[in-house]
Amino acid sequence: MSWLESLTLTSPSGFWNPLLWLAFLIIFAVIGYIIYSRGNRSYKPGTEQVKPFISGNAVDDVELIRVRASDIYWGLIEAMKGYYAVLMRMHTGDVRDYILWYLGVGAIILFILVGGV
Amino acid sequence: MIEHLPALMVAVPLFGAFTTPLLKKKPSAAALWALAITAVTLGLGVLLVMEVLTRGMMVYVFGADEPGLVLPSGYSVPIRIIFEVDAMGAFMALSAVLMSFIGAMYSYSHVKLETGLEKYYALLLLLEVGILGMVLTGDLFNLFVFLEIAGIAGSALVGFRNYRGEASEAGLKYLIVSAVASLMVLFSIGLLYGQYGNLNIAYLSSQIGFNTVDMIALGILFASFVMKCGSVPTHHWVPDAYTEVPSGINPVLLVATYASLYALFRVSFSLFGTISLSMSSVGWIMSVLGVLTMFIGVTMALVQKDVKRLMSYHAISQTGYMLLGVGVGLTVLNDPAKLAAFGRDAMAGGIFHIINHIIYKSLLLMTAGALFYVTGTRNLNEMGGLARKMPYTTVAFIVGAAAISGIPPFNGFASKFLIYETSYQLNPLLAIFAMVTSVLTLASFVKVFASAFLGPPVKRYENVREVPKPMVVAMLILAALCILFGLFPNIVLDKLVYPAVDALLNLNGYQTWGGVL
Repeated sequence: MSWLESLTLTSPSGFWNPLLWLAFLIIFAVIGYIIYSRGNRSYKPGTEQVKPFISGNAVDDVELIRVRASDIYWGLIEAMKGYYAVLMRMHTGDVRDYILWYLGVGAIILFILVGGV
Repeated sequence: MIEHLPALMVAVPLFGAFTTPLLKKKPSAAALWALAITAVTLGLGVLLVMEVLTRGMMVYVFGADEPGLVLPSGYSVPIRIIFEVDAMGAFMALSAVLMSFIGAMYSYSHVKLETGLEKYYALLLLLEVGILGMVLTGDLFNLFVFLEIAGIAGSALVGFRNYRGEASEAGLKYLIVSAVASLMVLFSIGLLYGQYGNLNIAYLSSQIGFNTVDMIALGILFASFVMKCGSVPTHHWVPDAYTEVPSGINPVLLVATYASLYALFRVSFSLFGTISLSMSSVGWIMSVLGVLTMFIGVTMALVQKDVKRLMSYHAISQTGYMLLGVGVGLTVLNDPAKLAAFGRDAMAGGIFHIINHIIYKSLLLMTAGALFYVTGTRNLNEMGGLARKMPYTTVAFIVGAAAISGIPPFNGFASKFLIYETSYQLNPLLAIFAMVTSVLTLASFVKVFASAFLGPPVKRYENVREVPKPMVVAMLILAALCILFGLFPNIVLDKLVYPAVDALLNLNGYQTWGGVL
């Protein structure tokens, strides 16, 4: 068995070799660098060029326009409102409910095992 | 000394826990003492793993003339406290000692300004004792005792920052949940003792039958360890505990949680492994709980704005993968063809995911701790542009986020790859849920990265700097492990994971104390 084979993870229906993946990553990085090196050289950091473009409106404080965590995936969460309503009802933060959930799970497991389902 | 390794693994941190309070007047000396003790325990853990992997299962009988004397002449049943260390126990012990050392190292700077540090480090070492006892013991009552030690030390550490109301509340909740689970474990141990008059797991497993009381004991043990390992729908204590505990304790608390997962596996495979009829049902329960855990955990993570709470929900989600992997193996345990075709690999995926998850989740929680250390807030809405100020933390976060999302070539991918493939063979729906969970995991870490590290700089953090060196070193060690375990998964699988899987499957070896009898 070669050293390359010894690093190959064989699964029931395939294989995975991270070193081969790494070789591909290096090739793609080189291709990326070639594309980058042929880019527009007129870019000048620290000038008007790098100011954020907001439909021509001047922005004094860029901190105000940053995307906050609560804004990210707003649409997805809004679309799954019904699902999240159920989840939120499940997470009351009340320790008595924690124990009720435990009792419920225990009862179901006992029913399956003792009841012979 | 080698033959006393199982006892030393518990004795050394216990000695450290009792001596640390003596350094009350010198907090930094207490930190260094704890670091030294965890380093010695790490060394002992490595020796133990090497010994178990080369010579096979280790049995240690406390109080016997010879440590390996399980049955003194005239005895037909084991009556002493016995530690029984197979490859699975050694695997868990290695995780515990490694994470305790990393946790102590990170804590050196992270909690420097807190008061009562001698208690903090004493509890850290006591938590390590609890975990090691749980994973090394071969005795049910001992398991309960160490479960209690880990539970009490863990809850005291969760509530360590007692000037925060949330921390005290989380500590109390953790204590109540642990106490209820532990007492129910004790109750089921009582049921088994009442029937068989013994507490030794190996002996009990050879005697156990298929009667109603046995099944009640199995059900209660199963439900209790399911709650203690943070599986949905009994996971509610996890976000509170992981969020409020100091970040240096997060790695150890994670291993403590997975010590309960280990106990669940030990009960399913070693204690009740002979009950062939019901094991398929138990395997399916485990797999379904796994799928629910991973999906509900990740969808709850997606909506969090507290960085540690978000990561805590991910910890729940990742536990689902472990339950799924091992659950698939348990489902086909009594079908030799399926076990050989995919069951053993499924278990390998689940168990490999334990160590992978401990590494990258500890890393991620530490990066969250680093963000809190420099910004004084855990609210992602208030952060931004920190990548420029904290380059090492940013790199560590990227590595951890890629690993947890299952992006190759980081370590999370290899274990998830095995779980996807094998669970698909049991039921394609299981694999679909596992893959969707990975996509959602990546999505939520993109959210953290974009809001905390990217974006325009925030004025309030103009003068912040990278966290102190011990914290950086601890994070970089874990980041390096994420990469190494990802690049060379086969080595970890061959040397650590498959021996652990085979140890769980080799019930005959466990029952005869590795051939001692």
